[in-house]
Amino acid sequence: MKTKSLRELTDLLGKEGVLYQPEDLLLYEYDGSVERARPDCVVFPRSTDDVVRIVRLAKQDRVALVGRGAGTGLSGGALAREGGIVVSFARMNRILEIDVENQRARVEPGVVNADLSLSVADSGLHFAPDPSSQKACTIGGNVAENSGGPHTLAYGVTTNHVLGLQVVLPSSEILQLGSAPVDPPGLDLTGVFVGSEGTFGLVTEITLRLTPLPEAVSTLLAVYDSVDDATETVAEITSCGITPAACEMMDGWTLRAVEDYVHAGFPVDAAAVLLIDVDGLREVVEEEAQAVADLCAAHQARSVRLARDASERDLLWKGRKNAFGAAGRVSPSYYTQDGVIPRTKLPATLRRIEEIGRKYKLAIGNVFHAGDGNLHPIILFDQRDNQQFRDAVRAADEIIEFCIAAGGSITGEHGVGMEKDRLMPLLFSEADLDLMKRVRGVFNPDNLLNPGKIFPTSKGCGEIYVRAQPILARPSG
Amino acid sequence: MIMAATAVSESLGSIIGPENVITDTEWLRAYRLRTSTPKLVLRPGSEREIVEIVRFAAAEKLSLVPAGARSKLAMNIPVHAHDIALDMTRLDRVVAYDADDLTLSVQPGLPLSRLAGILGERGQFLPLAVAFENRASVGGTIASGMDSPLRQLYGTARDYVLGMEFVTGDGQLVKSGGRVVKNVSGYDLHKLMIGSFGSLGVITRINFRTFPATGSMRGFVSSAHSALEVAGMRQRIAQSPLRPLTIEMADPTAVELLWGNTIRSAANGNWALLVTFAGSEKVLGRYEREVRHLAGSHEMELLDEKKAAAALSRVREFAPLALESSAQTVIVKMSVLPSRLAPQLDEAARVCQGYELRWAALARGIGVIYFALLPSAQDEETRDRVNRALCELFEATEGRGGNFTVPWCPEEWNADVFRRKTTRNDLEQMRKIKRVFDPNGVFACGVDIP
Repeated sequence: MKTKSLRELTDLLGKEGVLYQPEDLLLYEYDGSVERARPDCVVFPRSTDDVVRIVRLAKQDRVALVGRGAGTGLSGGALAREGGIVVSFARMNRILEIDVENQRARVEPGVVNADLSLSVADSGLHFAPDPSSQKACTIGGNVAENSGGPHTLAYGVTTNHVLGLQVVLPSSEILQLGSAPVDPPGLDLTGVFVGSEGTFGLVTEITLRLTPLPEAVSTLLAVYDSVDDATETVAEITSCGITPAACEMMDGWTLRAVEDYVHAGFPVDAAAVLLIDVDGLREVVEEEAQAVADLCAAHQARSVRLARDASERDLLWKGRKNAFGAAGRVSPSYYTQDGVIPRTKLPATLRRIEEIGRKYKLAIGNVFHAGDGNLHPIILFDQRDNQQFRDAVRAADEIIEFCIAAGGSITGEHGVGMEKDRLMPLLFSEADLDLMKRVRGVFNPDNLLNPGKIFPTSKGCGEIYVRAQPILARPSG
Repeated sequence: MIMAATAVSESLGSIIGPENVITDTEWLRAYRLRTSTPKLVLRPGSEREIVEIVRFAAAEKLSLVPAGARSKLAMNIPVHAHDIALDMTRLDRVVAYDADDLTLSVQPGLPLSRLAGILGERGQFLPLAVAFENRASVGGTIASGMDSPLRQLYGTARDYVLGMEFVTGDGQLVKSGGRVVKNVSGYDLHKLMIGSFGSLGVITRINFRTFPATGSMRGFVSSAHSALEVAGMRQRIAQSPLRPLTIEMADPTAVELLWGNTIRSAANGNWALLVTFAGSEKVLGRYEREVRHLAGSHEMELLDEKKAAAALSRVREFAPLALESSAQTVIVKMSVLPSRLAPQLDEAARVCQGYELRWAALARGIGVIYFALLPSAQDEETRDRVNRALCELFEATEGRGGNFTVPWCPEEWNADVFRRKTTRNDLEQMRKIKRVFDPNGVFACGVDIP
């Protein structure tokens, strides 16, 4: 990047608003994925006007721009794959408006997901999407990736809660998409913008729908001696028409790692557990909790325990949300995938993952959103062993190929980013991808925003690519 | 049209079979959209045939409009003259129904009523309780973006369409999304297709998330003297732990239009609030106690399942009922924040009173108002009063951050004025999207706001 450009950015944002020394950029080489890429500089705008000026400078110098929230993403979405400027929204973190009566909020992109829920809890509301990284991840990042989380089974993912966006396009034009009232006229630009992984524009304000907190919540822990019994229970719950607020599964390996770390009271000798939340009106919760417990028992659950109170419920969920951190404590490296399958295919898929682990002699733990068929197999390997690393990538690819063959998808909530771009042709035809690229061109005609993401680069589909230095991955969704 | 009409018919007949090319004038009139009557109706039987038709149309500079069951041709759709109506009713199959997974994939020509029967056999449903439900096709419903009273609990098609396949204006069969309930692979292009009136492509397949049928249903009707009072009840329910299936408000004229004298408590010249719930008897008992409490001193009538379903089916059909009640009906859709429902309704009533126009309003609790102007005459003076009223309503809505469209007006009336007046700054992006999907201008419907 030109010295002149850095000087102009510093003039614009002040010294504290620009990082460009190599040691300062190290942190921004990473997100929560196994990818890395170093930007030329990192800037910290404080307002939409700052963003507009940054975009003008970048456009003038034809430098790539990459938006970044907290860097917790799991697909390399916030990494500057082709260098350029990382636009960190860490200082655009104000909650601009809370409208309790209409259950709306207007926020800047750097607001941390959990902070918004905490700030409206006294009004009986929350922001429903709850990625595992919700204590760190930002709402701007959630919008870019269309993030999910355990409770999106009943409440939907980010796109179901976004009503409007203010965005800055690479042309430096400010666009208002959607509106606080529902049903803005014309095409659903907000809908297509959410989940575009920072390739359409830089989001500078987000209008959100807030959701009432449920009157009652019951958390059940069903313990199994067989993974098949656990997965068959999930399929049965779905087909019986019960939609729990969350339905998560952890296998035996994960349970032991989590228990050692969090001490949540998980049975370390079990083959799998299901962690299930039902919520709503007290009467509904009583009925559904009983129905779920009966289904678990009918599928040979060894025990079904109801969390006694909020503190026990919080502890169980803390265990689930720290499962990936727990994996990091017992293995030098791990690689997490994000495939999705139809829920009825869970038993067969888990069996296939076990076979793949045996084939490559790799331990694979499973912790995932069972209720919506969103898998997160954790493949353990040693980063110092290149063969193990290659095998881990091959194993992950085979899992994803199985998901696709089962009628599923390559990513349920982590995004494509630079991690799964090469897998896109397994799911989409050339014509599909071409149309997507042309839609990107409507907003981002010169591909200045987050280049090198989503679409396959020159690497052939299915080609195994070995990263120079695999690193430890971070918590998953 | 470059080729002679007979040559066009023959060429297209060779693609889809001559029996599926309709040129009979009487038939063509049945496909008239606004002021445009097509010169041909084509009835393709496969995606491949649609691809070939679109490519042929692009090469011959013909324009086309996809049509389903033709239940919504009277809508105020931005369209220019078109050559071909693409009748999609032969593509009426359920392609895949994984009931245990609660996912479904259908062709667009499938009638909604037939689909409801198929889902009902497995104890499931789609919350598409939309106007013209007994006639409409799935594709037409999605392409027109019709909403349903059930959106209070289930959201709109945007929330439960998982993916789509469609043919773009350059004759490419493409897909977006998938058939699983959670998926962030690639851009959600199918969201653009919902409510786009066939301006971007011909939908050939729609993937849905289905829902388990609700338990027993009950309805509660409460009446009050003003919009403010029923809106107050709405607000109290929305802020309670209750999770209603629907919350709908109707003014006295709408009450008469919807239910006549069939609901005793509403037949008193008052505003009415209809709320429906579902669940077990125990759950419904709780709802009844809570709603009675929240209604306060207002009269409240409990509707059993049959009555509640009947009341809701009339709410669903508000637009057709309003259209039937006057030859010159104009229906305006205004969306506002829920807290603004009452002031917006009062403002709209004041405007209509000023212009001596009869009106009826149905408002969804989430902040959508269907406001029907029901003029009694067709003369120039009446039309002028309606136009002036519409302009005031437009200002009153957009000026306060709301959204305003005119989904229905007589075809000879020019409601384009609102398209030109809108202050939205995303229209140019919409037009660019249209050019990407339809570079040759094959699809006659535009993306300008109706």
